[in-house]
Amino acid sequence: MLYFNNVTKKYKDNSSLEDVTISIAPGEFVSIVGHSGAGKTTLTKLILAEESPTSGTVFFESTDIHKLSKRDLMNFRRKVGIVFQDFRLLSNKTAYENIAFAMESTGKTDEEIQEDVPHVLELVDMTNRSFHFPHQLSGGEKQRLAIARAIITQPDLIIADEPTGNLDPSNANEVINILKKINDLGTTVILTTHNKSIVDQIKKRVITLENGRVIRDNKEGKYMLQ
Amino acid sequence: MLIHTKRIIRSGWHNFVRSGFTSVASILIMTVTLFVITSLIFVQAALNSSLSDMKEKVDVTIYFVPGAEDSAIKKVEDSLSKLPEVKNISYTTAEEALTNFKDKHSNDYLTLQALDELSDNPLGASLNIKANDPSQYESIAKYFESDNDLSKGALTIIDKVDYHQNKLVIDRLTSIITGARSLGFAVSLVLIIISIIITFNTIRLIIFMSKDEISVMKLVGAGPKYVRGPFIVSGVLVGVCAAFMTILLFIPISIWMGNNMTDFLGINLYNYYKSNFLQLFVIMLGSGILLGSISSFFAISRYLRK
Repeated sequence: MLYFNNVTKKYKDNSSLEDVTISIAPGEFVSIVGHSGAGKTTLTKLILAEESPTSGTVFFESTDIHKLSKRDLMNFRRKVGIVFQDFRLLSNKTAYENIAFAMESTGKTDEEIQEDVPHVLELVDMTNRSFHFPHQLSGGEKQRLAIARAIITQPDLIIADEPTGNLDPSNANEVINILKKINDLGTTVILTTHNKSIVDQIKKRVITLENGRVIRDNKEGKYMLQ
Repeated sequence: MLIHTKRIIRSGWHNFVRSGFTSVASILIMTVTLFVITSLIFVQAALNSSLSDMKEKVDVTIYFVPGAEDSAIKKVEDSLSKLPEVKNISYTTAEEALTNFKDKHSNDYLTLQALDELSDNPLGASLNIKANDPSQYESIAKYFESDNDLSKGALTIIDKVDYHQNKLVIDRLTSIITGARSLGFAVSLVLIIISIIITFNTIRLIIFMSKDEISVMKLVGAGPKYVRGPFIVSGVLVGVCAAFMTILLFIPISIWMGNNMTDFLGINLYNYYKSNFLQLFVIMLGSGILLGSISSFFAISRYLRK
């Protein structure tokens, strides 16, 4: 479903990614691990076309993401759910509205929104928080809300960029469990992290990055960095 | 489409209400801008009224020789009133001129006695002419000198035209009026441009603070219209609130100015405000809405490119 072909991304003189070739199949749960600055975030930015590669191509199914028009890019982004380390919720909207916004922007009807949003809030155990604003929520709750927003549009792919980075271990576990549940329902999940215990617990494919290069790609991997 | 519009308006309203302090700050800045615009309208009104007062005081009088035929004078009046430059003409007959003269010199026994010695009325009739604009007196005066069908018959009965005596005053006044007008306009324009730039920058700053939110909106797949719309709605709301603030603010100000400054300005600003209220309100509301929406529109554009 997702193919990186010899992708290199350079920022000025530093290269952040060098000659990366990866392919990810539908339904996979892939953890991308590496130290800070290894290129994990660059990788996710390339998938979302927030950045363009210096050389190489990134394909989503059969389309080159970086050759999409504005409109097609918008449609493509609707097929991808994103979860960030810093949550990136809309601060002026309640939990409910944050999720509804994602549906509204894809042009869903009010009936669909009223039906689906409570459902997703329940899935991430946030029903009693639906009228709270982000600043009234704890870190774990914010991240669960962000996941709810990411999955509400039923995307084909979820990208979670260090989703547990700002969370304590029990909240982190909860977030990972939700991601696994989503993956079990058939959605492809890409998780970037440098949290060893989380990666070891997932027991799925692990791609290890170091200095912008893929140094390891294990089918049922463990976190193997010092 | 309709549902989209509804959502954009709702979202803009939420942004506006929930931003609290930020909204208040931008309303205040916008109020300053509208305040400047309204003050300048007031200044222009005061300037225009004193200028037109001055203009009223300028005129040209044509004196006829004593004993000129009424019908001949009527003919001159008729042909003058056909000139586009002429605003109005008032006719003073020889008898009226005499009565006015006597009134004026009622305490001057000698003069009156001398007048009584004369058997005929020594004064002639006169036409007092007001032009639409002071600069037009010259062409009216020239009308009598030029060779046309009127002047042939009329010249014999015209004693004098006092334009040449007043020429210096009229010319100076004309240049003062045009100067004051264009200076007033230039100053207004500069002040308005400055305050518009300040408002624009404030709104740009506010949208800059929301740039992370804008990127999030784009990432969850919101189209440009859907990202931009709510910001424009908020901008419009800021403009509307600022317009109401300004209109309220000017009520006490115009009452005070009406009570204390009427003699100085030559115009009662409270009355002016009252009689032009609707017009002023529409101007403020219009400029507020335009400023708010256009500023938001341009400020957000740079975050929507890809």
